[in-house]
Amino acid sequence: MKILVYAEVRNGKLKSTAAEMLTEARKLTNNNTENIHAVLLGEGCSAHAQTLAAYGAGKVFVVETPETNTYQCEPHIQTISQLVQNNGYTLVLGPASPTGRDFFPRLAVRHKAGMLTDVVSVKNDSGKIVARRPIYAGKCIAEVCSQTALTFVTVRPNVIPSEIFNSSASAATEKFTPNFNASAFKSKIADVRKGKSEKPDLTEASLIISGGRAMGNADNFKILHDLADIVGATVGASRAAVDSGYAPHDMQVGQTGKTVNPNLYMAFGISGSIQHLAGMRTSKVIVAINTDPDAPIFQKADYGIVADLFQAVPLFKDELKKITDA
Amino acid sequence: MKILVLVKHVPDTETKVRLAGGGQALDESEFKYMVNPYDEFAIEEAVRTQEKNGGESVVVSMGPARVQEAMRKAMAMGIDRGVWINTEGHTQELDSFCVATALAKVIGEEKPDVVFLGQKAIDDDAAHIGPMVAELCSLPHVQVVIKAEWQNGGQSARVEREVEGGMVEVYDVTTPVILGAHKSLNEPRFPPLPGIMKAKKKPLAEKKITEVLTDSALVTTRSYSLPAEKSAGKVFKGEPLPDMVKKVVGLLRSEAKVI
Repeated sequence: MKILVYAEVRNGKLKSTAAEMLTEARKLTNNNTENIHAVLLGEGCSAHAQTLAAYGAGKVFVVETPETNTYQCEPHIQTISQLVQNNGYTLVLGPASPTGRDFFPRLAVRHKAGMLTDVVSVKNDSGKIVARRPIYAGKCIAEVCSQTALTFVTVRPNVIPSEIFNSSASAATEKFTPNFNASAFKSKIADVRKGKSEKPDLTEASLIISGGRAMGNADNFKILHDLADIVGATVGASRAAVDSGYAPHDMQVGQTGKTVNPNLYMAFGISGSIQHLAGMRTSKVIVAINTDPDAPIFQKADYGIVADLFQAVPLFKDELKKITDA
Repeated sequence: MKILVLVKHVPDTETKVRLAGGGQALDESEFKYMVNPYDEFAIEEAVRTQEKNGGESVVVSMGPARVQEAMRKAMAMGIDRGVWINTEGHTQELDSFCVATALAKVIGEEKPDVVFLGQKAIDDDAAHIGPMVAELCSLPHVQVVIKAEWQNGGQSARVEREVEGGMVEVYDVTTPVILGAHKSLNEPRFPPLPGIMKAKKKPLAEKKITEVLTDSALVTTRSYSLPAEKSAGKVFKGEPLPDMVKKVVGLLRSEAKVI
């Protein structure tokens, strides 16, 4: 099996998914890193080649054409398509991030190849790529099998623990200049506006602090942001809080929002509807604070406190501060 | 302007998933269906685009007879007519590639200026159809659209797409184009009563899946399983709150080791 890993770079930073995918690729090739290649796109991206080598990339293609500086679907697709044609990969891995999910399905169709999206594990079953992927926002897991010789897979962030392979491995880098067919560039990026927060997205966050309808209004979310700042957590919200206008939709966790899987998920004033639980049930540890002892969230929580969130938040702030100050 | 909207009928968000046949299938007997929530934003945007630029709007859905309910709802919201791809009696697995080929065939026949759809369906969570149909039709696509401003009488648009951390990518696109609607694109209207009455009489054409399916599945589903249930955790109540918070933070550190 010969694998290409698309290592995503956003704002000059290498996403942690690259290390996760390389760890999975090593498992699939029994650590035969010669058969694991990675590709970096955008001017200045070569700075990350060493990291990729440390996680097991035997070769790193560096694509520094200006068309790939800011993500645009078609230049990314054409670049990876040409690498696939030149090198005969059987598996192409990418992150199930907004970028990966935007162009991988299109790339797979261009090669008439199986597309397995947002998977939590991949295996080689007698030459066929088989993966497990959550559906219904995680209420169910489907085992899916690609029927083609070449398969494209996007991997859910934060699920596969990344492991360094050889921290002193030096990257075999190769500059690659794709041959673009610019007539296919039918959409043009005009601008990228930064988000309000520098914190990781909910889908990639390892710590999440969420608020529900009990937050009462948008201003009250400030106390969650303050608490989150102490430990570097990202703030989320339930659908009830978003629908009530207390938080923007990009903060929504659940079946019609984001599916998250942090190490720690703290739910303040969230009762735990089926659609919310579906979106956060794979969190490694769940803490719930709610005034209602019968709230369904307590059945999913590792630790719960029956209390008013407005009294609990300042106390959590004090306790967590003690730890971070220590 | 010719506007097409793709709508999927999905089990509602309160659905509990149960397995059938030892995990070979899902037990659909108690499923209640709804219009895929993201498709409601697509329908609303299609209707608003038609209100602004004139023209005609068409809803396309695929599935068994029940999906006509979703199509009638779209028509009640203002869509002019429907094309139903009937899958009744079709037993072969339809993966997203198959579905995309069938939809692409209908799009090829209808030749719309813009195709709206929800950025993903909440059942399979794949978000494949927009990019896949766009590729099959050689059209540009923008996914997770939170704003679309039409220019030049509907010949081009400035489109905003939400990415991670609240970041927004802004694209300039020309028609024909495929746009995947996200939640904050608009506020879908409730179908007005006269709209519901009118919708019953709007034309709904039927195509058999075999007429439009051009390929077989590239991906098959082997089995389904349910995620492991967590065992009940520790819930504290009735003690002084500072003590309870201290205990939980202590456990997060010593037992769960997450902070």
